[in-house]
Amino acid sequence: MTTLEQEKLLLKGLAGEDKLAIEQIYRDNYNMVKSLVINNNGTIDDAADIFQEAMIVLFEKAKSDDFELHCQIKTFMYSVSRRIWLKKLQKQNKFSTSSDSLEETIPVEEDVENHEKKQNDFNLMEAAMAKVGEPCKSLLEAYYIHKKNMSEIAGTFGYTNADNAKTQKYKCLVRLKKLFFAQYKFTS
Amino acid sequence: MEDILLIDAVERFANGEMSAQEKTLFEDLRKNNPDLDQAVVEYLFFMNEVHQHSKARDFKNTLHEVESKLLNEGFITKGSTTGKAKVIQLWSKYKRTIAVAASIAGLVSIFIASVVSSVSNKGNDSNLKPLVEKLNSQESKTRQLETKLNKLEAGNASTKTPVKPRLDARFRATGFLIDATNNYIVTNAHVVSQVQNNLIIENNKGDQFTAAPVYVNKDMDIAIIKITDSNFKNLPVLPYNIKKSSADLGETVFMLGFPKAEVVYGEGYISAHSGYNMDSLFCQLSTAANEGNSGSPVINKNGDLVGVINSMEKNADGVVFASKAGNITKAIAEAKKIPGNEEISFKGTSGLRGLDRVSQVKKLQDYVFMVKGN
Repeated sequence: MTTLEQEKLLLKGLAGEDKLAIEQIYRDNYNMVKSLVINNNGTIDDAADIFQEAMIVLFEKAKSDDFELHCQIKTFMYSVSRRIWLKKLQKQNKFSTSSDSLEETIPVEEDVENHEKKQNDFNLMEAAMAKVGEPCKSLLEAYYIHKKNMSEIAGTFGYTNADNAKTQKYKCLVRLKKLFFAQYKFTS
Repeated sequence: MEDILLIDAVERFANGEMSAQEKTLFEDLRKNNPDLDQAVVEYLFFMNEVHQHSKARDFKNTLHEVESKLLNEGFITKGSTTGKAKVIQLWSKYKRTIAVAASIAGLVSIFIASVVSSVSNKGNDSNLKPLVEKLNSQESKTRQLETKLNKLEAGNASTKTPVKPRLDARFRATGFLIDATNNYIVTNAHVVSQVQNNLIIENNKGDQFTAAPVYVNKDMDIAIIKITDSNFKNLPVLPYNIKKSSADLGETVFMLGFPKAEVVYGEGYISAHSGYNMDSLFCQLSTAANEGNSGSPVINKNGDLVGVINSMEKNADGVVFASKAGNITKAIAEAKKIPGNEEISFKGTSGLRGLDRVSQVKKLQDYVFMVKGN
């Protein structure tokens, strides 16, 4: 099997959230990202965070329908990690000029920006979910994410009937939407 | 309540739960009611966000699972709160800097050490300064010029004797004749120990003769060398004797030496019976001596040899040490035992006695030589 085929297989696995594929990508690339971060004013913990973010970017890429790999996973991971880490350094005013390296990089600005926006949305939703509180959160998750039907939900949560549960669910949804959009409009 | 009905309708529409009739009705309503339309769009957008969020969270969980598995395996390390990890983390972060700093420190210390060792006195005792003069290139250049001049003169005068190439000396000290028949000279042991290649002596006319060390005694700091050059013309009998008894305190003495390229006269008195650190092989003089004076004969007013200058104390003014004259006698006796040097003997006369100092010096200076080597 050629490297290209292997990598395609890995990416397919990643898109399907296959743990073995993720583990393999970790094994192949983690040390590279670690030395990149550590040699540029970072700690081991920073390296782990950066690697995860790069993994998410790669995951998003792999999931998208029009995705085609134009370079090796290693190159992509390095470029993305580098970009994200340099941005972080810039935010901390710790930007170091010694970050030039001989590693091949590809332009990943768009991917990283996309990722940042998604990350931002994720954080907003996370915050909104936290604010909406229980049992709203579980109720919404049960219905919209786990796709359980209303009578089942009524049973689990102790509502007398599905209609009451449904009403409650709508109220929760309205609140969540309000919380989310209040922040969302504000930031974007 | 109206809101909830609205959301319910939108949700059923979005999920495709409406009957065909209801759907057409709803779509018509949507077309005519911008608020409803907005509600649908907003709902779809929001649901998309919710789903994306849950997917992202799922993926993050998977990532965490994989990471913690690798963490357990030790493939990934994290900076935990223990001190060791912190040190390792600092180490891996700064190891390049540390390596550079360490190598600079190493180089600097080697440099300083070499400077210190080259500047500091190499002798056993740092307070003592042997009086051998190290010659710099300036002098050898002067010498080279001199040689050229000599050659020119020789060419002009068309004399038959070819001029010998002069030695490029690395150091200069003093020595004096102790055997006028067999041409043995006494100087300091530390002078002879500087010789790496050639040893020569030079008389006050500038003639150079090759010589070879015969006997060296570091304890007494006495060395005997023999003039091996066949061009050396024997001098008349020695005008001085070795003083049998030890020198008296306060006795005035004088010396001839080569602290520079010509003979220099010095005067002083015996100030102590022992040398540096109460060394009884030496005596102490109060006089001025400089590098190049090593091996200078110390002569009292009667024209007797009292000692051989060897060193001076660095931190004191005018404190000079000389090997006692008795050591010369001992050295000659020792040298006699070396095969090939059985003929050595000191046959001195009291030729300087009763003369005034100027005449004494005039007579003596033929017997004092520059000892040079490289």
